[in-house]
Amino acid sequence: MLLIECPHCGPRAEIEFRCGGEAHIARPADPSALDDNAWAEFLFYRSSPKGVHAERWNHAHGCQRWFNALRDTMSDRILATYPAGAARPNITTIEAAR
Amino acid sequence: MTTAFRLPKGGRIDRTKPIVVRFNGREVPAFQGDTAASALLANGIHFVGRSFKYHRPRGIMSHGSEEPNALLDVDRGGNRREPNNRATVVEAFDGLALKSQNHWPSLTFDVGEINDRLGAIFVAGFYYKTFMWPPKFWTSVYEPIIRRAAGLGQAPTAPDPDRYAQRHAHAEVLVVGAGPAGIAAALVASEDPNKRVILCDEQAEPGGALLHDVTSEIDGVPTSAWVKAAIETLDARENVTILPRTTAFGYFNHNHVALAERITDHLRVPLTGLPRERLWQVRAGRVILATGAHERPLVFADNDRPGIMLAESLRCFVNRYAVLPGRQIVIATTGASAYRAAIDLKAAGASVTVVDLRLEGDCGTELVAAVHAGVEVLTNHTVIGSHGRQRVTGLIVAKLDGNGAVGAPRVLACDCAGMSGGWTPAVHLFSQSRGKLRFDSGLDAFVPGASVQAETSAGSCRGVYDLAATIADGAKAAGGSRAVAASPTYTSFQPARIMPAPPGQKPVKAFVDFQNDVTAKDIKLAVAEGFTSIEHVKRYTTTGMATDQGKTSNMNALGLLAGQLATEIPAVGTTTFRLPYTPVTFGTFAGPNRGDLFDPARVTPIHDWAVANGAKFEDVGLWKRAWYFPARDETMHQAVARETKAVRTSAGIFDASTLGKIEVTGADAAEFMNRIYTNAWTKLEVGRCRYGLMLKEDGYVFDDGVAARLSPTLFHVTTTTGGAPRVLAHMEDFLQTEWPDLKVFLTSITEQWAVIAVQGRRAREMIAPLIEDIALDDAAFPHMAVRTGHIAGVPCRLFRVSFTGELGFEINVPADYGQAVWEAVYESGRRFDVTPYGTEAMHVLRAEKGYIIVGQETDGTVTPDDLGLSGLVGKAKRDFVGKRSLVRPDVVATGRKQLVGLRTGDLSLILDEGAQIVADPNQTVPMKMIGHVTSSYMSANIGRSIALALVVDGRRRMNERLHVTTPNGFAQATVVEPVFLDPEGVRLHA
Ligand SMILES: [Zn+2]
Repeated sequence: MLLIECPHCGPRAEIEFRCGGEAHIARPADPSALDDNAWAEFLFYRSSPKGVHAERWNHAHGCQRWFNALRDTMSDRILATYPAGAARPNITTIEAAR
Repeated sequence: MTTAFRLPKGGRIDRTKPIVVRFNGREVPAFQGDTAASALLANGIHFVGRSFKYHRPRGIMSHGSEEPNALLDVDRGGNRREPNNRATVVEAFDGLALKSQNHWPSLTFDVGEINDRLGAIFVAGFYYKTFMWPPKFWTSVYEPIIRRAAGLGQAPTAPDPDRYAQRHAHAEVLVVGAGPAGIAAALVASEDPNKRVILCDEQAEPGGALLHDVTSEIDGVPTSAWVKAAIETLDARENVTILPRTTAFGYFNHNHVALAERITDHLRVPLTGLPRERLWQVRAGRVILATGAHERPLVFADNDRPGIMLAESLRCFVNRYAVLPGRQIVIATTGASAYRAAIDLKAAGASVTVVDLRLEGDCGTELVAAVHAGVEVLTNHTVIGSHGRQRVTGLIVAKLDGNGAVGAPRVLACDCAGMSGGWTPAVHLFSQSRGKLRFDSGLDAFVPGASVQAETSAGSCRGVYDLAATIADGAKAAGGSRAVAASPTYTSFQPARIMPAPPGQKPVKAFVDFQNDVTAKDIKLAVAEGFTSIEHVKRYTTTGMATDQGKTSNMNALGLLAGQLATEIPAVGTTTFRLPYTPVTFGTFAGPNRGDLFDPARVTPIHDWAVANGAKFEDVGLWKRAWYFPARDETMHQAVARETKAVRTSAGIFDASTLGKIEVTGADAAEFMNRIYTNAWTKLEVGRCRYGLMLKEDGYVFDDGVAARLSPTLFHVTTTTGGAPRVLAHMEDFLQTEWPDLKVFLTSITEQWAVIAVQGRRAREMIAPLIEDIALDDAAFPHMAVRTGHIAGVPCRLFRVSFTGELGFEINVPADYGQAVWEAVYESGRRFDVTPYGTEAMHVLRAEKGYIIVGQETDGTVTPDDLGLSGLVGKAKRDFVGKRSLVRPDVVATGRKQLVGLRTGDLSLILDEGAQIVADPNQTVPMKMIGHVTSSYMSANIGRSIALALVVDGRRRMNERLHVTTPNGFAQATVVEPVFLDPEGVRLHA
């Protein structure tokens, strides 16, 4: 079970959280302006990197707030967590997190 | 039967506490402190079971949790019976009843032993080769026979009488294993009183291998004294928790380690209230693994006879339990550690011969020590077989010549034999932690490589075998140092994958995996048939796949495979170690979550009234909902018919408290509603309600419900019963992450309000006497309006809404007043013969009107237009969640399934919900299925069965005759509008 640092509550067990998939995919300001391909891209296409991945997490059984996490998909190590709306920390490799 | 093999003194048993255990009904005298294995051996019993496939006689092979052979059925009394216990870890107590397994009719005469002669059938991959034809014979004939013949013990059938506990713990340092390395690590780690240290060990007392070391000294004192002093020191430290009888069986992410603590299994009469086992979920800052090493058996013909044991286990039984496993003992070895066993057995009075594969010049000081102690030693000798069936009577040995050729065989008579093929570090937990293993050719073993988590391995689990070095290694792992002087340890060995045998030896069974009956020949055969990956060979031969996880067998299997492939072990690699390290009971995992505590039950404020009035309940998610209220001996069908008729002719009362309820408040509440729902909300007047549809961004219906505007900045939103949590989560997600600028708060109020639905043409008259501050007439309070006021003196939010098609109200009152108001309304309605109705009648009533239920008429792929609800989509709105997806090509294409009604040709036929629909029942199989039934009921009001269905292009098929699957073939049904009653909606305004 992961140990996840909620930016608002501190470290808590994974069982308190819900993962919301890839982070930093903003909803288009005017969806009607998007053609079918662009809309499908927004709706369905997600990256699945081997390495650092930015993810949305919700502290469902805690403060209920959404935040983002950088997780190494190989080791499951969580390299950073940060509030929703904050910029993604500049960590692109596991080495950089050390 | 006597305890003829118990030594007169020594051991860690309590001779002041004699006990008697039973084995297959016979009395076996023993002492407190014995295991089942030591008790049996003290009485000269080696033969305790039959092997998995071949039903060969098997004995006790080891002294610990790695035991592959001696699996017993253990009965602790009072329905506490459990199969497949390893005799070597079951602690004996007075009255413990043991039984051997996997034989019929008896242990000594077993019909299944024929399998041993039919060995050719059970070769590697026999599951895939034999019993293949005809296919249907597999489940009906072959599998049951194989399961009965090749198996383990019988599962208990009575409910488990024990209680199981679970707890979470946090520690700065978790030390797994209380041998010398683990104890040293715990001593150093706990010096800082602010560091919480947990030391767990699977054995009954700490000490690990030192518990059976009676000759070594540490800093001038016997090892037992060193352990005692160390444990006293740890015990005195408040920051230390010592957990004996506790196995770390799983190592998960972020240093989350699961421990199984066995609390009462060793007690004859457990104290009342004690749980049998406790699951510990430990989150540790650092984990120190000091899990020790396992001795390897030797692979030679008939190496599995009862009485042939691991050499170190012989040493353990003689020293720790004061049991002489035999009087005439031959120990076959390829390494030094077995000499220590030989010397200790000799000192205890046995006659001992060591047969060593190594050349005399390759041996160390152990050779001189053994000879000096009176042990006969034959170096440069191999073992090529054994004699005896139910007990070993001799080992067949042969000298090797200068070229390694096997000389003339001779038999060394014995009543017990030891074998030692070197040592395998127990890297299971390290591997579970995702650490990568590294092959150390000097140690001939996989050892921990780089750690992935905050973990350190120490002692013999990373190949450090010398006692003083082990203690220093444990201390170092805890960030300190501890230099001790200790007796030297005999450690080196010369790996042998299979003992040299003369060429042309007739087919033999030389076991590699004892528990799964996998022989060296099976591995050779797998390679000959083209399997080269260890993962494939493992599955094909099943080597290492038994409950012992191949603790004793894996390295021999890998070595044999590498030899067959003419490569090195690192090129073969190793299989993945998975949890649990040793078997864990289901009870430990289930903990208290059984019976009434399996799932929480949610009940409404009106639940007690429903119980008192004879309701039958159904589970809806976690809710207990009144399903129907049978009068006297009514069937469900009769009760539902009566309830649904009453609503349409007079009045019914229904507990709708489970409806999800959310308050949306704030300056931007209306704008938020606008973006979340498909329809428009900004212009909804205060005091009015609206039915809303909610989509996911993919355009499919996600939830529905009525929302009321109580003030310009307050909406009272209702959701489906099951949808409440996910709707709130969906709203919060958008509010927090997409529209954080909106000034809105969301509050779940499901539990705060009880909801009483009063439905039927008498509904207004029923509630009127209880309400003074709300005008109820149709003009002042029209359909889809909401008012606040009081009912029976209780504050209420009164909705004029209907999920039945009748005149109706939904009375929301604070939950604590729910039942009182219900009773007042019910009392008031008696003059109209008001009828309480349950969820089944509610379903029928809404289906008569064609009202959908999200999750029944929808399945996550249904759009508003599919449901005929495109009128609820605000075309003028610039945007809402899901809007853009409603013009995706597949959503606007023809050929989508649309909601329709079905009338069966047979008025009494109730179609199965989920039944498939075809246009032509005579087409060839596989048929083209064009839809399915979503709802189906008998309608007493209409006098026939009704059904709703999703059918391809359904709205263009009105009056078309379709065919629906039933258990008895196809049934005809005609497509109709999905509204069966009062399509004009007159009744709403009664
Ligand atoms: Zn939180």
